Amino acid sequence: MLTTVRKNTMLTDRIYRLTLSAPQVAADAQPGQFVHVRTVPPTSWDPFLRRPLSIHDCSREEGIIALLYEVVGRGTTLLSRLRPGDEVDLLGPLGRGFTLVPDRRPVLVGGGLGLAPLLFLARRLREARQRPVVLVGCRRGSDVVAIDDFAALDCKVEVATEDGSLGCKGMVTTLAEKHLECEDAVYACGPRPMLAAIAGLCRGAGALLQVSLEEKMGCGIGACLVCACPTPKGYARVCTDGPVFWAEEVDLRG
Amino acid sequence: MADLTAVLGPLQLPNPVLVASGTFGYGEEYGTYIDLNRLGGIMVKGTTLHPRRGNRPPRIVETPAGLLNSVGLQNPGVDAVISEELPKLKELKCPVIVNIAGSTVDEYAQVAARLDGHPTVAALEINVSCPNVNEGGMAFGTDPAMVREVVQAVRGSTDLPLICKLSPNVGDIVQVAEAAVEAGAQILSLINTVLGMSIDVGTRRPTLTNVFGGLSGPAIRPIAVRMVWEVYQALRVPIIGMGGIASGRDALEFILAGAGAVAVGSANFTDPGVCLKIIRELEEYIEAQGLDGLSSLVGAAHP
Repeated sequence: MLTTVRKNTMLTDRIYRLTLSAPQVAADAQPGQFVHVRTVPPTSWDPFLRRPLSIHDCSREEGIIALLYEVVGRGTTLLSRLRPGDEVDLLGPLGRGFTLVPDRRPVLVGGGLGLAPLLFLARRLREARQRPVVLVGCRRGSDVVAIDDFAALDCKVEVATEDGSLGCKGMVTTLAEKHLECEDAVYACGPRPMLAAIAGLCRGAGALLQVSLEEKMGCGIGACLVCACPTPKGYARVCTDGPVFWAEEVDLRG
Repeated sequence: MADLTAVLGPLQLPNPVLVASGTFGYGEEYGTYIDLNRLGGIMVKGTTLHPRRGNRPPRIVETPAGLLNSVGLQNPGVDAVISEELPKLKELKCPVIVNIAGSTVDEYAQVAARLDGHPTVAALEINVSCPNVNEGGMAFGTDPAMVREVVQAVRGSTDLPLICKLSPNVGDIVQVAEAAVEAGAQILSLINTVLGMSIDVGTRRPTLTNVFGGLSGPAIRPIAVRMVWEVYQALRVPIIGMGGIASGRDALEFILAGAGAVAVGSANFTDPGVCLKIIRELEEYIEAQGLDGLSSLVGAAHP
């Protein structure tokens, strides 16, 4: 479906937030779901594939969604050139999102741009009268984005950076070690090794864990089987069986 | 409205636009986006005798105007396809073609035997060209003698119309095509993916875990058109042309080269509605040219 660019804001030298007028997506989206974005107009076939981007923020009332992306290649470079009023073709919302767990303290863990789906999640948790703790890990302080948005939702935010330039020095797992309690419901998104480490901590603490996985995709709707994730029962499809899984469902080291 | 009926030997299609095996699953997922009844036919995912787990990810990498994949024939096996997947396709108005694969000649024959006479199956497409499995697949498709043996074995196991899907990764496509036809294939599909590779300069390792993958998308279209041309010129056998088709104009190129029908693969990923768009564009072309149907266009580019 065609959506219209409202804003395309440069947040750091590589990270952008794309705000789209997309009332249908905004009405249907659940936190943790993604949209499959075409980076070129419908007449062009290069770059060929769509880009799966998780829904960073969503307002049903205004009919808008926001996407967070990092410029890494041809597709995201083209996205970074979009201007207000331009049209963007997307499929979605797609995939299985987060399950909001009642009566447990929500802890949101984001590594790098894994932070993207957690703002929309925090918003819905606040609507459900829960107050999330948000743990953010980045390489450098200059990579840290969106923490003001979490603060605006009255979330408690803690930051770790590998070079110590913002927050505490270390990985997001260092923060998680300090914060996790057995009654927590943890929602995590980030690189696979980080998720594996968080899964170990949650097992130790007895906390419930959902992870949002990133994988290169083809169709994004479950037909082509390229976004495979190993599970005890064979490969799952990240696009339709996920991208959010309960930690026990997937093999995070595979 | 223009009559788009396509006749390929024993197989009649309501229109010449099929979906290519491996890109469309068993149709279910795309049913959310398009009316599957309007397709010329569905070629469902490659089916083997036993379930196949598929290759370790990453299984895909984007390339200029295309992609490399190495799914590795992940499928639940023929028995599960018969009990779980085919019943869901029973009510469909368009023909369902099952793509079959194996690691031995006997496995191909056994899969064909189990599907023989199935009321939902209009034809079998013999996959002797998958580049992503270690045994069988493309190893069969690059050797005319092996192609002959596989097609003969399948021919002996079923009365269903037989399509043989050829690999482009050969020196002489006509030689392989001839072997398939002599052994009993009534229709040829060409082409399967082109063997390719990508290297991640960050990790300095092959991007795909399986090292090699199959290249598809508009990038391979000229190769596919050339091979359809060659085979049509030599054999005048019914051909389903495929390889990077993404528009009515692309489909017409294949038809003019000699394809009686076409299949759309990777373009479905980018635009789930692309097949219906192509059908519409073919109708518009036929009407604009004042033609009765497609048949006068098939192979019309040949002198």
